[in-house]
Amino acid sequence: MLTWRWFAARFGGAVLTLLGVTVVVFVVLRTIPGDAVTASLGTESGTLTPAQRESLNHYYGIDKSWFEQLWTWISGIAHGDLGLSTTSGKAVTELLGTALPVTVEIAALAALMGTAAGIVLGVLAGARAGRTSDTATQGAALVGLAIPEFVVGTAVVTILAEVFSYFPSTGTFIPMTNSVSENLSQVFYPSLVLAIPFAANVMRTTRSEYVEMAEADYVRTARGKGLHPGRIRRAHILRNATIPIVTLTGIQFGYLLGGTVIVEQIFALPGMGRLLLTSITNRDYPVVQGTVLVIAVLFVLVNLIVDLLYRAIDPRTRAA
Amino acid sequence: MSIQPLVTEAEPVPASAPAATRSRLLARVWRDRNGRVGLIVTGFLVLVAVLGAVGAVPHDPIAQHPDDRLQGPSATYWFGTDQFGRDIAARVAVGIWTSLRVAVLSVAIATVIGSLLGICAGFFRGWVDQVVSRFVDILFAFPAILLALAVVTALGTGWQNTAIAIAVVYTPIFARVSRGPTLSVGNAEYIKAQRVLGTPLPRVMLRHVLPNVSAPIVVQVTLALSWAILTESSLSFLGLGTQPPAASLGLMVSDARSTVANAWWTLTFPALAIVVAVIALNLLGDGLRSALDPRRESRS
Amino acid sequence: MTDKLTKARTGPHENGAPMSDTGAAPRPTGDPVLTVRGLRTAVRTASGPLEILRGVDLDVARGETVAVVGESGSGKSFTALSIAGLLPAGADVTGGSVLLEGRDLVPLPEDERRKVRGAEIGMVYQDPMTSLNPVMRIGKQVTEGLRAHGWSKEDAHERALEVLGEVGLPSPRALMRQYPHQLSGGMRQRVLIACALAPRPKVLIADEPTTALDVTIQQQILGTVARLRDEYGLAVVWITHDLGVVARIADRVAVMYAGRVAELSRTRSLFTEPQHPYSSGLLRSLPTPEHPHQALLPQIGGAPILLSDLPPGCPFAARCPQRADRCTREEPPLVNRGSASAACWFPPHEWKNTPMEVTSHAQGA
Repeated sequence: MLTWRWFAARFGGAVLTLLGVTVVVFVVLRTIPGDAVTASLGTESGTLTPAQRESLNHYYGIDKSWFEQLWTWISGIAHGDLGLSTTSGKAVTELLGTALPVTVEIAALAALMGTAAGIVLGVLAGARAGRTSDTATQGAALVGLAIPEFVVGTAVVTILAEVFSYFPSTGTFIPMTNSVSENLSQVFYPSLVLAIPFAANVMRTTRSEYVEMAEADYVRTARGKGLHPGRIRRAHILRNATIPIVTLTGIQFGYLLGGTVIVEQIFALPGMGRLLLTSITNRDYPVVQGTVLVIAVLFVLVNLIVDLLYRAIDPRTRAA
Repeated sequence: MSIQPLVTEAEPVPASAPAATRSRLLARVWRDRNGRVGLIVTGFLVLVAVLGAVGAVPHDPIAQHPDDRLQGPSATYWFGTDQFGRDIAARVAVGIWTSLRVAVLSVAIATVIGSLLGICAGFFRGWVDQVVSRFVDILFAFPAILLALAVVTALGTGWQNTAIAIAVVYTPIFARVSRGPTLSVGNAEYIKAQRVLGTPLPRVMLRHVLPNVSAPIVVQVTLALSWAILTESSLSFLGLGTQPPAASLGLMVSDARSTVANAWWTLTFPALAIVVAVIALNLLGDGLRSALDPRRESRS
Repeated sequence: MTDKLTKARTGPHENGAPMSDTGAAPRPTGDPVLTVRGLRTAVRTASGPLEILRGVDLDVARGETVAVVGESGSGKSFTALSIAGLLPAGADVTGGSVLLEGRDLVPLPEDERRKVRGAEIGMVYQDPMTSLNPVMRIGKQVTEGLRAHGWSKEDAHERALEVLGEVGLPSPRALMRQYPHQLSGGMRQRVLIACALAPRPKVLIADEPTTALDVTIQQQILGTVARLRDEYGLAVVWITHDLGVVARIADRVAVMYAGRVAELSRTRSLFTEPQHPYSSGLLRSLPTPEHPHQALLPQIGGAPILLSDLPPGCPFAARCPQRADRCTREEPPLVNRGSASAACWFPPHEWKNTPMEVTSHAQGA
């Protein structure tokens, strides 16, 4: 059964990993030459009086030692305070609050579409293993994995604009609660672009698992019972193939979050990826720090969920 | 206590023994259909990249020809020209060079450091394993491109920095891939015997552990190369990799965004180069995998 | 004698028609439920079809166990698969008949065949550790076969509880909710037997079901199957290479060689007076009190025959100490010799007194 001890251990591990992530992000960003003051004021910082400089250093909290800054940051996180943006002066949490839903929606929709398409195609190919349609599907999957999102994204935007004279509304994000259709018109295409490599990966795993499971002894038993082939496929082959597919989906989700950086840029959507790129360009470290941290949290969280799911669908993992 | 010579140097290596020499390995890859295609195409791309690097291309990849802007493919400009009238064929060749250079450097760094970490973790276990595994977990908590972005932010742009950023991303993969086999080999009697006999540790690891973990590492190298090409071009596309006016496949796709509607070739050829390179390396990886794993070979 | 043999040679095996008077003796003890006649099965290969079964004859009566023994490659497992209609892709029955209570199953379309499978012919397989679906509860694995054959949910549940008890599993109600990994190998094999017996089939085909189990468990399972055979009036076909199991469970034995039945005897007479030199060789390699650790798998000198490269005449000729000229020219048919049938030109009393070269591999010892 699903023990609390297991959950506590797994959750504790996740928290520890995230603490490590926090430190890594902090350290990486502190190795950058120049500091927040020079970054926000540019060359003007040279004209500052020592007193002004000192008060600004104090304002940005960079007059303290690294260790103190790290401590300030971590204890800030614990209080839900990620600091202030050095460019806009807004709270990082506020910026993340508006950007996060966009990214989560794109990634979730892409994962949904990719998983569905990948499983269907994988089963179709697996059931016809060795035939021409199988080879063709596998070839398509390989191409789907090899085409970078920025190429597909660029092609999709161009085709939408040139062929269909359709420009997805950009700039401000329309949440699903305001208008489902307008929200989807913004999110659908970027999700589609991300779903392609995702589907290709799921398809490949589904196919190989299907082919392997179809030869399993328990499938022979099921055939001996006189079950309908459709039932054998669903209850025996697919049910067992789901386990590695779920694991793959978790691993792939990180890749998906990375991909949002690119599609948000191409489709001009104000999500985490765009926020990150802008803050990198502006050397707005608190925002970079916060964004990277939140994406890592998201990733770790998804993998925690996948682990739970995995234990729910595979009874063998529950023995302890 | 009488000590018998437990093993000799000739003790057969258990499990997957990739004792095959380089030439034999290549011959086995060649026999695999996927491996053969991968080998041929990769070889061709390397040739093109070298030609691009030494400047043996019909046009200067950076020279602008204002009169020949956005020309379609022709005998003069095989792949057409971009919005500055630069030869796309030459820029693709140089772009492949740029990508391969970054990919090879980054994967080399990741392979050496990652494998070393993984082998040490698997060999010494205990706290070494704990520290390495934790570190690997932390790096795995970042989506690949995000980690690369963070490192590029810290180091700045430039191809060496891009390579380092990508190396950071793929180091944990090599650590994980080499740790598992080391764990199982490290327990083998003949390894224990070597340690009892007082063979110096680096020698044990180099002569006895490394051959046993090299098979999965070799396969991983080809796959990582293909991912590295994707990551490099993505970074360049975002403006954080190779900087203009230098030619890079990702940068060319980024430039093509404004021209592709009227000049399809500006997007198509650099995109094709990326796709072909990635597929070729994947096929090569498939070929290597079946060449190094007899079980898989017999099944396919 | 000669006349009869000559007639038989051109007889049933070539055209796969049901055997008549030269048929498999001795007659089964009761009314035959399963009758296999001249069964031929071929596998498609790159170099054309390869015959795995070259005319198999067999019949099994209610409450009777017929063991099918032979080396690997003799076609014993293919016999089981052909009867059940579970041949792998690329293998087809090319001739002969499989009669279930007089109805020929071979020409039936797959949909009809599926209704027979499970419902009237139950199958139990070799490896209990992998033959149960790891992610499905035991209860479901027993009831799904019943549901496929039209049982209502409630009836299927009741029947599953009943049959799990019948195969000797404790507390069936709790067991229904468990998963395979929670059971031992012997328990899993009992679950598989319960799955096969739940729809009350007429025929049970067991393909080496006890090989993977240790000897004590094996004995218990053999006892259970024998008891259920009597209770259900089952016709049991037991595929095995273990002559110890044969002695324990079988009423009659079919010894297979190169895709055909070489000898069909009552179990007792096979052990006392084998009618085929091959059976004789098998028996000599059995463990004796002096050599208790001889192999479970008897090995006879000479390499097993290659079906792809079958010489003319008797397929066993090359390894046979009794070989005569005729053996390399004409293949002997399976003929009735009173207590048994054998596919050999010479009855035992005409055999030369040359001991067969017997080697054994101490497997499973």
